[in-house]
Amino acid sequence: MSLIDILSVLAATIRLATPLILATLGGLFSERAGVIALGLEGMMLAASFAAASIATITGSPWLGLAAGMGVSMTISLIHGFASVTQRGDQVVSGMALNILVAGLCPTLGLAWFHLGGQTPALEHGQRFMPIVLPLADSLADVPLLGPVWNILIGGHNLIVYLAILLLPLSAWLLYRTAFGLRVRAVGENPHAVDAAGLSVAGLRYGALAVSGMLVGLAGADLSIAEGAGFGRDMTAGRGYVALAALIFGKWRPAPAFAACLLFAFCDALQVRLQGVALPIMGVVPVQMVEALPYLLTVFLLAGFVGSARAPHAIGVPFVKTR
Amino acid sequence: MATDRPAPAIAFDRITKRFGAVVANRGVSFEIGAGTIHGIIGENGAGKSTLMSILYGFYQADTGEIRLDGRPARIANTADAIRLGIGMVHQHFVLVETFTVLENLALGREGGLMLQPGIARARAAARAIEAAYGLAVDLDARVEDLPVGSRQRVEILKALYRGAEILILDEPTGVLTPDEAQQLFQILRRLKSEGKTVLLITHKLKEIMAVTDRVTVMRAGAVVGDVATADTDETDLAERMVGRKLAALPDRVPVMPTTPILSARALRIVDAGGVERVKSVDLDLRPGEIVGIAGVSGNGQSELMAALAGLAPLAGGTLTWDGAPVPALGRARALRRLGLGHIPEDRHKSGMVGPFEAWETSVLGYHRDAGHAHGAWLRPGFIRALTARRMVEYDVRPRDARLRTSAFSGGNQQKLICAREMARGPKVLLVGQPTRGVDVGAIEQIHARLRALKHEGTAILLVSVELDEILALADRILVMVDGRFTGELDRSEASERALGLLMAGVHGAAA
Repeated sequence: MSLIDILSVLAATIRLATPLILATLGGLFSERAGVIALGLEGMMLAASFAAASIATITGSPWLGLAAGMGVSMTISLIHGFASVTQRGDQVVSGMALNILVAGLCPTLGLAWFHLGGQTPALEHGQRFMPIVLPLADSLADVPLLGPVWNILIGGHNLIVYLAILLLPLSAWLLYRTAFGLRVRAVGENPHAVDAAGLSVAGLRYGALAVSGMLVGLAGADLSIAEGAGFGRDMTAGRGYVALAALIFGKWRPAPAFAACLLFAFCDALQVRLQGVALPIMGVVPVQMVEALPYLLTVFLLAGFVGSARAPHAIGVPFVKTR
Repeated sequence: MATDRPAPAIAFDRITKRFGAVVANRGVSFEIGAGTIHGIIGENGAGKSTLMSILYGFYQADTGEIRLDGRPARIANTADAIRLGIGMVHQHFVLVETFTVLENLALGREGGLMLQPGIARARAAARAIEAAYGLAVDLDARVEDLPVGSRQRVEILKALYRGAEILILDEPTGVLTPDEAQQLFQILRRLKSEGKTVLLITHKLKEIMAVTDRVTVMRAGAVVGDVATADTDETDLAERMVGRKLAALPDRVPVMPTTPILSARALRIVDAGGVERVKSVDLDLRPGEIVGIAGVSGNGQSELMAALAGLAPLAGGTLTWDGAPVPALGRARALRRLGLGHIPEDRHKSGMVGPFEAWETSVLGYHRDAGHAHGAWLRPGFIRALTARRMVEYDVRPRDARLRTSAFSGGNQQKLICAREMARGPKVLLVGQPTRGVDVGAIEQIHARLRALKHEGTAILLVSVELDEILALADRILVMVDGRFTGELDRSEASERALGLLMAGVHGAAA
């Protein structure tokens, strides 16, 4: 494997990790506030559909992005209505939303665009294109630094950089601000929050709104940045992988980020390995290689999470008691 | 000499609160003087908790008025109560366990976007409060790492930090050792001397007598007594609480030395987390004797009970019944067949099934008994009739064998479980916290049942965190600390103080 090969696998890792990171951060806010983030998949899928549709119709990726975030936030708040206000079962609510979105998006897509449930392919101006960093040309011929600058650090779309920026920002929000303290408290012991004279429901809705916006970015990344249009089931279980990363990262931003990178690296490797003859095994069937990231998820969750301690009040509807 | 008295800190004026058909508070009126310690006692369901919840803004009174310092107060929610200077220390602490003490203090009072200045302010204020009231707490410790007594001080600190002038404590000593309780009372007296008003909700008469200035007695939602503590005594208060004369305690019958029926030797128990909970314990249970195990909860009593009932595996040691070893395989069933009854510590978790009807709960574990079933089919008619008879015998109310178990009050649930475990005349009875969350009337009945069983020759093991209960029932008392018996006292030489010292781990104190 040459340097360029290695760099492109790493660059692909970053690109593939982006929606995972954003969805995981979204899940982080939801779960730390005590609401199970099982709707990540549906929120992401709906966001990618909304972003692609609006970008197609208006021609503006910015409006597409706003639509994606708005739709994801709406679904997040519907999940909140079911689980916070109506005190429903959060697993049922999350799954119901996932199933609803999985059916609704292609149906609407078919009605609006007549392309078998897809949205039309977006033109360059309608989506976020890879950004060429300054000095790209002059560094191109410098050994090592040139390829690193152009392949690994540069050449990604806007949302990739946004995700990298949002990681420390989310950690800061959660651990250094009053809002973060309250969100963490409401996920651990909502009764303490209530006894402090704060609104449990208000905080959970707030956290779910933040969660919705972050997951909306993840969905938009898939359809109007990394990809050029919406395709049926285009999230392909990434919402669940993000949830796995969250659990594997023990509900902390940095370890969860590391878990996202691991899953994404596996995914990037998977693309690279297709059709390549490996020592001993020879050429492995494509399906086998494609299953690799998912197998890793199951394997890690089953074997290596250890004594991960979930937020104490997660999944439990808050009922005010004396 | 008549002087103008200052307005009382709190005045309840004809407070009435209904929940559906139940009247929780019925025209409650009384006053609490500023700078006093005021006790409120009453059985479970007497309405004292509801009244406090109204004061703290959890509920709204249907009619009536609360006045603070003479001014009518509208307390629509907890935030209002806090703003009006009311602080509450709940029976079950409401702290975020994964947070530090300071983070718990700062929650809701961060005072801006950033957390750090709020934490710094909390630290300064907490130091001042500590100095003023003698409340020593490690401010940077995580709450989950603190012992129970310290957590309670955190709750008091939190209330004071939020500006409480009136402090409500709901059953504050239930989880404390006698020594910790004394420390708490010191703090309360200090608070009083600094001009704070303290409201102490409890069912322990001794505490009322020890620390309050005035006491209000509630029964069935109404005030049935409001007296200066100096003008009353425990018996008077108890009778007001229950509404009738309490039976005098029967004389203790001396225990005849006999051979033990259930014996444990060098018993060791290791929990799922690999922690050794019981460290080489010897125990003999003899017919006609009540052995009490005293200790702060969490010192291995629960694990020991479970092991003796055959519900937890032994990491070491032996268990013999009448001199013969009890088989390790299917131990729980074998013990039951031999004649072991078990009233578990946590009735909700392991004594009953809430959604089951009373007759179903009353045969849990005994459904294979003669007459209860035809092969695989239960005989509901037979069991319901049996349950109905037991409900009369054990005074379970309401007498409805088809009522859901969870619909009964705590005392009646416990009586249902007692009936199940006692009616078969067990040779050995393991009893855990038999009167936790049970009203005074039911306590009396359950204690009488235990004494009667003892006279019939049952060997009884009683585990309780209530020292009064152990002292009232046990013939022999073992104190358990950190998985070991640290002392054994005959009832005649045991006192609350001696037991308290042993429970606190002061060895040889009883000598």
